[in-house]
Amino acid sequence: MLSIRNIVKQYAGHRALSNVSLEVESGQIFGLLGPNGAGKTSLIRIVNQITAPDSGEIYFNGEKLNQSHIERIGYLPEERGLYKKMEIGEQMIYLARLKGLSRAEAQKRLKFWFEKLGMETWWKKKIEELSKGMQQKAQFVATVLHEPDLIILDEPFSGFDPVNAELIKDEILELNKKGATILFSTHRMESVEELCDAIALIHKSHKILDGKVKHIRNSYRNETYLIEYAGERIAFNGSQPFEIMSEVIADDDSHNIKIKLKEGHNSNDVLQYLIPKARVNMLQEVIPSMHEIFIEKVNLNSTGHE
Amino acid sequence: MNKVLLIIQREYLTRVRKKSFIIMIFVVPLLILAMGGAIVWIAKSSEQLAGLHVINVVDDTKLYANKFHDTPNIKFTVTNEDIKTAKAKFKDDETVSTLYIPGNYHKSGAIQVFSKKKAAIQITDEIQKQLNEITAANIMEKNHIDTAVLHTLKKVDFSVTAVEITKAGDKDANLGANIGVSIACAIFIYLSLLIYGGQVMRGVIEEKTNRIIEVVISSVKPFQLMLGKIIGVGLVGLTQFSAWIILSLISSKIAGHAFNSPVSPMAGIIATLSTIPFGYILGCFIFYFLSGYMLYAALFAAVGSAVDSETETQQFMFPITMPLLFTYILSVSVLFRAPDSPLAVWLSIIPFTAPVAMMVRLPFDPAPWQVAVSMCMMVVGFLFTTYVAARIYRVGVLMYGKKASYKELIKWFFYKE
Repeated sequence: MLSIRNIVKQYAGHRALSNVSLEVESGQIFGLLGPNGAGKTSLIRIVNQITAPDSGEIYFNGEKLNQSHIERIGYLPEERGLYKKMEIGEQMIYLARLKGLSRAEAQKRLKFWFEKLGMETWWKKKIEELSKGMQQKAQFVATVLHEPDLIILDEPFSGFDPVNAELIKDEILELNKKGATILFSTHRMESVEELCDAIALIHKSHKILDGKVKHIRNSYRNETYLIEYAGERIAFNGSQPFEIMSEVIADDDSHNIKIKLKEGHNSNDVLQYLIPKARVNMLQEVIPSMHEIFIEKVNLNSTGHE
Repeated sequence: MNKVLLIIQREYLTRVRKKSFIIMIFVVPLLILAMGGAIVWIAKSSEQLAGLHVINVVDDTKLYANKFHDTPNIKFTVTNEDIKTAKAKFKDDETVSTLYIPGNYHKSGAIQVFSKKKAAIQITDEIQKQLNEITAANIMEKNHIDTAVLHTLKKVDFSVTAVEITKAGDKDANLGANIGVSIACAIFIYLSLLIYGGQVMRGVIEEKTNRIIEVVISSVKPFQLMLGKIIGVGLVGLTQFSAWIILSLISSKIAGHAFNSPVSPMAGIIATLSTIPFGYILGCFIFYFLSGYMLYAALFAAVGSAVDSETETQQFMFPITMPLLFTYILSVSVLFRAPDSPLAVWLSIIPFTAPVAMMVRLPFDPAPWQVAVSMCMMVVGFLFTTYVAARIYRVGVLMYGKKASYKELIKWFFYKE
């Protein structure tokens, strides 16, 4: 769908992107992660052809990115804004027509969206008369009105109240189900695990990690498990196939331990060891969250670069 | 290209639908009409006095009294009463004034007209004129100069008409009317360039501070947006001018009927104005407005893109408006006196000053080749500024929170796409 190859973007004084390559597959929800100033917005602007890279190439569905692709992309910038003095209906139609829609078609689709999001009465309102949350909703509609194949959202959840953020999230998922590819940048790690199929982590202009969320998390497994058992507290003497990392002794007869496997053992060995001694209620592998991976990677690279 | 049309449409419609625009369309012709009306009214009322006015002459010197002659509106009567009684007698009569020439007027110099209301200027003018004539006659008589000679002398009256030699034959050129039109053109084009250029700049700043700019230029190229805005606002200007011209024509027709006086001084003014080729000047005005506007609006757009708010525009506005202001001041002070001087010719060829300078020169019929060169230079000029402005604009609109300096602008200019 979108193939970003060796993009370099240099601004006076600093480098925004160093040789960044990414593959976004069709139908994916792709998360672009990174701390502030990492280069996410620079990359998004390049994909939107707002700015051009110093070197590198981008392919859209196998074709070299060009002006004709603008109509296939919908973009919600981080800094949102609309013409304050313009009526909302007229403004949405204007923005959709700039993306190549006819007036009639834009009007039809706008009616659909306004009904869907409960905005029917807003048509004649000026933007300045709307609350900030309402403006954001309107802007989201403007982003997707021309039914783009690729929807690019820069920090889509910032500025929304929880109710609207949930609403927008559902809309994004629905659009994705209908076939749209979604590329979004965010700091919110919980939304990454919930939404994203794949991610790329950009830090200080470099891509330091990318891939499918599942694969990444699996590759960061460190053979750590959570165990809950009932019965007498087991006195571990060191002969067990794992190390105890932490132990929570409950008041009742339910005990929690966090363990790390010893070399050459697997979870079955743990169970075999435990079952004769106690009733095992739970054995769960601890897979690091994206948040933990993110922090770890960023810290590692920060120290590594300096 | 289609998208530029869309942008033009939006820029045009949002401005034309504004209440202030519609109000301005009607207010300006009304003001012009009111001004015209005031001029006609003043001219009419100064032309002649209403009714007959009597001047009661009290002449202590006895040198003048009998020598006044009546005019259609002023009748002179002589009285031998002293000034106090004469004044008292007509103190309540508006149509009678008392003229007092004291015996010692040579020393005091005070000849006075007393009346219930301050005497109209036509009366004092007439008295002054006659007193001067009488004095002159008295002096001639004293020196034994035949008064018949004096009368023939009086009939001598030269008037000089400025005649232009042109290929089409000699034609009267009324300098006064030319100067009037020329200064009016200078003021008008100066103001319109500033007003509409400023609108473009504010539009750009609005888009930038509203942050809609990023949405729009993810759909169109920055250059298309800039061009669309400039053309849209320019069309608003043209609409406004057309509306003003049409409304002014209609209202002056109506006003002409209302005043309905063929001998009014307006007729004279209109007659002299008709020697000026208005169609030609109007055509040139539209050309110079459009090309000058394109030239300056591009620069204004570049300034708008470089700043975050209108208060920051000052440092850039000055050098842009300088050439305009400079030519404007020169125009209304010197250029119209010497429309064919080398300074005037050069100013009317340099694109930055040409719109104002050439409009000042046009009523004086400058050489056609100069007009042609000037027009070509205008086209070159606006293509140049548009190119420069577009390169600054495309970078500037995405820059926030960075205080732009000239150095910065030059750097932006050289940025690659």
